[in-house]
Amino acid sequence: MIKKFLYSQKVAPYVFVLPFIIIFVVFWVYPLANSFEMSFQKVTLGQEADWVGVDNYTKLMGDSIFLKSVYNSAIYMILTLIVLIPFPMLFAVLINNKFMWGRGFFKSTFFFPALTSVVVAGTIFRLMFGEMEGSMINNILGFFGVEPMKFLKGQVTGYIALLSLATWRWTGVNMLYFLSGLKNIPDEYYEAASIDGASAFQKFTRITMPLLKPTTIYVLTISIYAGLSMFIESMMLWNGNNSPKNIGLTIVGYLYRQGIEKNNLGYAAAVGIVLLVITMVINLTQLSFSGMFKKED
Amino acid sequence: MKKENVIRTMLFIFFIILSFLILLPFYAVAIAAFKPGEDLIRYGLNLRFDLSVMTFDNFNYLFTGSHAYFSWFYNSIVLTVVQVALTLIVSATVAYGFAAYEFRGKNLLFICVLLIMMVPFEILLLPLYTLTFNLGLMNSYSAIILPGIANAATIFFFRQYLRGVPKEIILAGRVDGASEYGIYARLILPIMKPSFAAMAILNGMNSWNNFLWPFMVLSSDKKYTLPIGLKTLLTPYGNNYDLLIVGSFFSILPIFILFLVFQKYFIDGMTAGAVKG
Repeated sequence: MIKKFLYSQKVAPYVFVLPFIIIFVVFWVYPLANSFEMSFQKVTLGQEADWVGVDNYTKLMGDSIFLKSVYNSAIYMILTLIVLIPFPMLFAVLINNKFMWGRGFFKSTFFFPALTSVVVAGTIFRLMFGEMEGSMINNILGFFGVEPMKFLKGQVTGYIALLSLATWRWTGVNMLYFLSGLKNIPDEYYEAASIDGASAFQKFTRITMPLLKPTTIYVLTISIYAGLSMFIESMMLWNGNNSPKNIGLTIVGYLYRQGIEKNNLGYAAAVGIVLLVITMVINLTQLSFSGMFKKED
Repeated sequence: MKKENVIRTMLFIFFIILSFLILLPFYAVAIAAFKPGEDLIRYGLNLRFDLSVMTFDNFNYLFTGSHAYFSWFYNSIVLTVVQVALTLIVSATVAYGFAAYEFRGKNLLFICVLLIMMVPFEILLLPLYTLTFNLGLMNSYSAIILPGIANAATIFFFRQYLRGVPKEIILAGRVDGASEYGIYARLILPIMKPSFAAMAILNGMNSWNNFLWPFMVLSSDKKYTLPIGLKTLLTPYGNNYDLLIVGSFFSILPIFILFLVFQKYFIDGMTAGAVKG
């Protein structure tokens, strides 16, 4: 009887998707609801929680260290968007050219850094940006007559180190996204444009860029997400969650500091909810501006 | 020389320079693995190739010293294999449910799949941490594996792939008297094989390099995975550079070799989400 029920065509689809329903409820809906609830409480691990209303949120708005972390994450996100969208797009277009030599080799080389874990990549960059005269970046700068710098102790130079790490790791990956987008553009468009006497630049702005739009939106969406939720890169560069004057502190870093290091779970949950709201607002605005919610024509 | 060839040569030189810059950190690590630890402390990571200071000491220490490096390595392999196997089979099953049937609540559920891809996992860290604590799963691999077992991106990829499989196969299976589950297991799974390769690589790479969540869950040296173990070599009281650098070098190696062999699958898996469905 039970077997017959489970084997019917009506019930089978639910059996197939059941694992997802369970995981979604247990590991997403429940924690998310829990996080929302905690953000209105004062909680420490293993103890009764006290309701404090919107206290956590009002406190956050006046918390200069939290605001600093939001600022850092925002700057980091903007910098990565400026570097990691136009350049990979340009490189992809150049490398996609059939007359280009060594395309496979360059694709692989650009992708290599993405294979390293953040821990390893972060360690490498921390040592490269070391403050000694002999460490790699200072060494190279010295070659051009620049005095050795303490990169990880200053705000601007700290951003440079973070951005270099992100650029190194993700240029190749974003380039691959654009390359796979380029594959979907028919050659005939370019041939037709050539017959009409279009220049290479005109082909790029009139054909390539508009037709790459879905890929660009995708890369933009994941970059916003990744930029705002960055944490371990900073943790590795500064060898922990503490940087001088919090120059490397990110939103998730602050969440981690409050929640795990200080066991201040309610306050940290509020940080998480703010991060969620910021991410959703930016991405939904971006997606609606780029026309993703409009009906396809 | 023709104008076209000039442009071609210039582009080639430009990309060679970029590749050179990208490879520099790898070069620095590779030569640092042969330098004594104090060299790193004194000069940082650099490009100086000096045969007179180079030794095999670090390698010697890695292979013979009293440290847990190879058990971290082993843990990483075991965890990656188990995690990938479970994630693929569960995600494929769910994807088949979405691709092959029409049922009530399907659209809503699928929106939930997409939603997971848009919510930063990081905001779940604390509630998942307390949940893990309350379930008594701290310091266990199940706490690492379970939350990602129905992986949204993987489900999405498999579903896109399955949409390209003709429905007639399912109908033919039914006519021949196979059960719904028999059709999936014997007809569909074999067809999905190529897509498994791409997702195995992508999930494997993520699992091998995964850090934050395992770092929060695992607390005993014996259970550490490679990235966590390497991270513990950096302490406020001093850094074990000799082991760290050669250990990092060896942690990149397996995935590097995999990449060289299975390049196509890395790229297919990586770009899967970007292709419009």
